[in-house]
Amino acid sequence: MSGFRSSSRWLSWHAFAVFGFLYLPIVTLIVYSFNGSGVGGFPPRNLTLDWYRMLFADGAIWESVVNSLIVALAAMAISLTFGIPAALALDRANFPGKALFRRLVLLPLILPGIITGLSLSMLFHDTQVKLSLLTIILGHGTALISVATTEVFAGLQKLDRGQEEASLDLGANYWQTFWRITMPNLGLSIIGAALLIFTLSMDEIAVSFFLIGRDNTLPLEIWGRLRRGITPEINAISTIIFVFSLVAIVAWYRLRVNAETREIAV
Amino acid sequence: MFSRAYRAAITLPPLLWVALFLLVPYVLLLCYSFWSVSPSQVIVHSWTLDNYRELFRMNVYLQTLFRSMWIAARVMIVSLLLGYPLAYYLSFHAGARKDLFYQLVIIPLWVSYLVRAYAWKTILGSDGVLNTLLQYVHLTKHPLEFLLYSPFAVVLTLTHIYTPFAVLPIYAALEHIPRNLVEASHDLGASPLQTFWKVIFPLSIPGVLAGATFAFVLSLGDFLAPLLLGGPSGIMISNIVVSLFGAAYNWPLGAAISLCMLLLVVSLLFLSEKLEKKWSFR
Repeated sequence: MSGFRSSSRWLSWHAFAVFGFLYLPIVTLIVYSFNGSGVGGFPPRNLTLDWYRMLFADGAIWESVVNSLIVALAAMAISLTFGIPAALALDRANFPGKALFRRLVLLPLILPGIITGLSLSMLFHDTQVKLSLLTIILGHGTALISVATTEVFAGLQKLDRGQEEASLDLGANYWQTFWRITMPNLGLSIIGAALLIFTLSMDEIAVSFFLIGRDNTLPLEIWGRLRRGITPEINAISTIIFVFSLVAIVAWYRLRVNAETREIAV
Repeated sequence: MFSRAYRAAITLPPLLWVALFLLVPYVLLLCYSFWSVSPSQVIVHSWTLDNYRELFRMNVYLQTLFRSMWIAARVMIVSLLLGYPLAYYLSFHAGARKDLFYQLVIIPLWVSYLVRAYAWKTILGSDGVLNTLLQYVHLTKHPLEFLLYSPFAVVLTLTHIYTPFAVLPIYAALEHIPRNLVEASHDLGASPLQTFWKVIFPLSIPGVLAGATFAFVLSLGDFLAPLLLGGPSGIMISNIVVSLFGAAYNWPLGAAISLCMLLLVVSLLFLSEKLEKKWSFR
């Protein structure tokens, strides 16, 4: 077994190196958000909170953060409203064009974002819809139906059909069964989908790029600034968002582990 | 067990929405690719093959497409080389730390993609972190200029972004391998290496294909990393599309290029789906 052990050591070094590669830019980003002499220059010197102070006084960034939050929440509502029934339909209905429908819904997941973005911008251009946050919401909401559908469909595969049958047999109608049995059972998948949609929308840039009106979302605001040059303010806002994401991940993880242990306990 | 009305209620709304906001736009894209634009910059709605002719006549489009594919191929290969052993380590050697390591693979995905590309720019620039570090420890006297604004920078950044996308499906495939198959192979006298090549690797191929497809397709269509870090030699096909929709104002030609990308992506997906089926458990 000595060969096995040495390969294990080699593999753990490899894992260590890959994690280093994955985290190097993130750590650099955070460290230099506190660097007095700006981004770049080794070693970092003059620790400061100035960039954060500048960031908090920067109206345009916070406006774009609010815009992004609005877009992400609205997109989440749209994708779930259509993604949940889409998953149900793929799971339990047969209709002409089902295979095409499945492929079409999932396409934005893998298709380069600019193709979805510019096709939609053609639609809005030809129907004379003015580009605004609303068009971005429609774009994100539509593209991210794919995420809602995949997550909920996976949840449906684990669902116990017997419970729904029992509910119907006992006299509940479809609507009652849907709200009292199907939805609660899908709860975890739906929360997972919602979180994922929210994050993806907050970070989305390719679709937004073609649908942007006057108001910027956060990624587009950052993008605009990057084109003018590097500023540590971007490090600061990214660090703050990273911390928020970490909190969200830990919360989501706790929620899932709790739900799973409860399932085992039952 | 489900009534007609119930099935209609779950089918029609998503069907209509997707038809209106996905199918119609994609069809419109197809139409645009056969239209043209007049010298006064008005879209002419009469059918023509000129855009496709232009696409194959002008070397710059095909060259850029091939360069993008070459960049995407390098990203795919490096992500697999980095990702496979990592996924294998997680699945077979990480033990109690498995969950933690899995989260560590996912966490970078929560950091904005744009911000990570930007972070690489601050690392690779001529007064960036890496160059000043090298000079600080006296390894180099002058900044290395080739680091930023090159295809190398684009490949590095995209590899960083898409390696987790390669790890996750491979890890999922490895987790699905019944452990008694591996034990049986050991018991029957196969060495760890033989077990890997004859049992584990073949069973993980669907995951490898999924990861490879993700890495290739997602980097093929990228336009931010080349704009931020690529320089003139790192321009990719999406950058051309973006410029045709912006300053150059030639939507029909942009649509034709996008459509070629779309066809390429869809056929790759189709191919990898076929191959995955061929290699999955029988």
